[in-house]
Amino acid sequence: MSFAQPLPLRSAAVLRDYQLMYETYGTLNEARSNAVLVCHALNASHHVAGTYEGDPKSTGWWDNLVGPGKPLDTERFFVIGVNNPGSCFGSTGPTHINPATQQPYGADFPVVTVEDWVDAQARLCDALGITQLAAVIGGSLGGMQALCWSMRYPDRLRHCIAIATAPCLSAQNIAFNEVARRAIVTDPDFHGGHYQTQGVLPRGGLRVARMIGHITYLSDDTMDAKFGRNLRASVGATEPCDTPRYTTQDIEFEIESYLRHQGDKFSEYFDANSYLLITRVLDYFDPAREHGGDLSAAFAAATAKFHVVSFTTDWRFAPARSREIVKALLDNRLDVSYAEIAAPHGHDAFLLDDARYHGVLRARFDHIARDIAQEGAP
Amino acid sequence: MSDRDALELIAALVPPGSHVLDLGCGSGEVLAYLRDQRQCTGYGIEIDDANVLACEQRGVNVIQLNLEEGLAIFDDQSFDVVLQLNTLQHLRNTERMLMETARVGRIGIVSFPNFAHWPHRLSVAAGRMPVTRSLPYQWYDTPNIRVATYADFEGLAQRCGLRILDSFGIQNGAGVRRWPNLMASVAAFKFERR
Repeated sequence: MSFAQPLPLRSAAVLRDYQLMYETYGTLNEARSNAVLVCHALNASHHVAGTYEGDPKSTGWWDNLVGPGKPLDTERFFVIGVNNPGSCFGSTGPTHINPATQQPYGADFPVVTVEDWVDAQARLCDALGITQLAAVIGGSLGGMQALCWSMRYPDRLRHCIAIATAPCLSAQNIAFNEVARRAIVTDPDFHGGHYQTQGVLPRGGLRVARMIGHITYLSDDTMDAKFGRNLRASVGATEPCDTPRYTTQDIEFEIESYLRHQGDKFSEYFDANSYLLITRVLDYFDPAREHGGDLSAAFAAATAKFHVVSFTTDWRFAPARSREIVKALLDNRLDVSYAEIAAPHGHDAFLLDDARYHGVLRARFDHIARDIAQEGAP
Repeated sequence: MSDRDALELIAALVPPGSHVLDLGCGSGEVLAYLRDQRQCTGYGIEIDDANVLACEQRGVNVIQLNLEEGLAIFDDQSFDVVLQLNTLQHLRNTERMLMETARVGRIGIVSFPNFAHWPHRLSVAAGRMPVTRSLPYQWYDTPNIRVATYADFEGLAQRCGLRILDSFGIQNGAGVRRWPNLMASVAAFKFERR
């Protein structure tokens, strides 16, 4: 969907003539009261659920949660997935043409923030004729967007579901992001962010960025269970390898092979400038800042009913960070439930299908659906 | 006489419209009752996954926390009433949790199995640990790590600087105000900070 009205950004810059890619699932009811917005995290897109025709591998990134009969049931809800501006899945981003220069934006794409994204999403809802969302849900960076909705547009959502997220990044989190950004920026093919006009891509940097990110999404135990100290067998070998090759540059351990594979895959589809931008979106999110560091004050205007979920082995967005959110909500006497799921998978757990995790979300959406049905009754 | 009657006895101690914190709220039954019958708001604290789910299904606010880690997340006097129903006997740090209850809430309400109920006394007199409806476990598999009597709690309350506002026993869903230490399987106390 194209937007002619410029989007004013927090950085004081303005996004002109932008478009947002979005997908919807299910049917908007007559009262327009059953819409649920799903916010994506760093590397995902508007393609939340289902597969595209003729492409069985194109499963949406939250397909285990969203769909007919699933916890977020598309037979009852009208689900909206939207690609945020600055990303690289069709919405206006660094690979698009800058109307001011008629060249690709590249490094000139303005820095965006969670607040800007939420503003863009609110405009999309306007365009779809949705005044109030039944719920906004997201994990990680998506959870930050859900929280931001509750503060920025308190009347426009009834439920806020924030999973594996934090009220702001810690210094350690920013540090990881900075390592990723330096990997990209110091790639000789980066060209100050204008690699596109040079006809190259800083794939090496993007690979390393993804590798470091990926390490932080997994728990120590999961990594150990999955890879341990197993050595990588040579290509074509049928037996597992038990003798080291004593090499410094080739792949020796299985974990190296896995990380390199993840890095390679990622560098094929993700844009380096988008990675820089979106890690900054994470870094800048800090709603308490405007309130002298008082997170409770930041939620003073919120009215939504909240559901907060964390995972015990998530060290990137640890349960303690979710408890900070819960405390701020409690201070405001807001409705909040908090589930701390003992899942082994680290930060990645929010994308996986855990019975306890999906159980509480299913119960929550059942309630939301029941409330909608009751309101609709004469 | 039933568990429901016992619930109503406890609920009657909670002023209508109170903001309530229920420590070890189980499946959220009490909070749902207080919400529906006494217009209360509030939250439950629960550690068990299945109970957290049950609360969510009831539409009761539940915070999944380990009570042994304390109530640092809650400010002083931030609740009208703090409930600790059938929870105290499962907690290692009973005294601290009682102080925390009194810190966070203006009123505390506690209930727990009364070890001095006469069938338990008979059992111990006969040389065996009691196994009854209110204490249904064998000594080696009981989740009750703190067993106490009605009279014991009065002592602890004194020690913690609590003023007892009301107290009684509960037996088969009925209040017991005569010799509760002997005649009731459950002890109930309502208190505030002195």
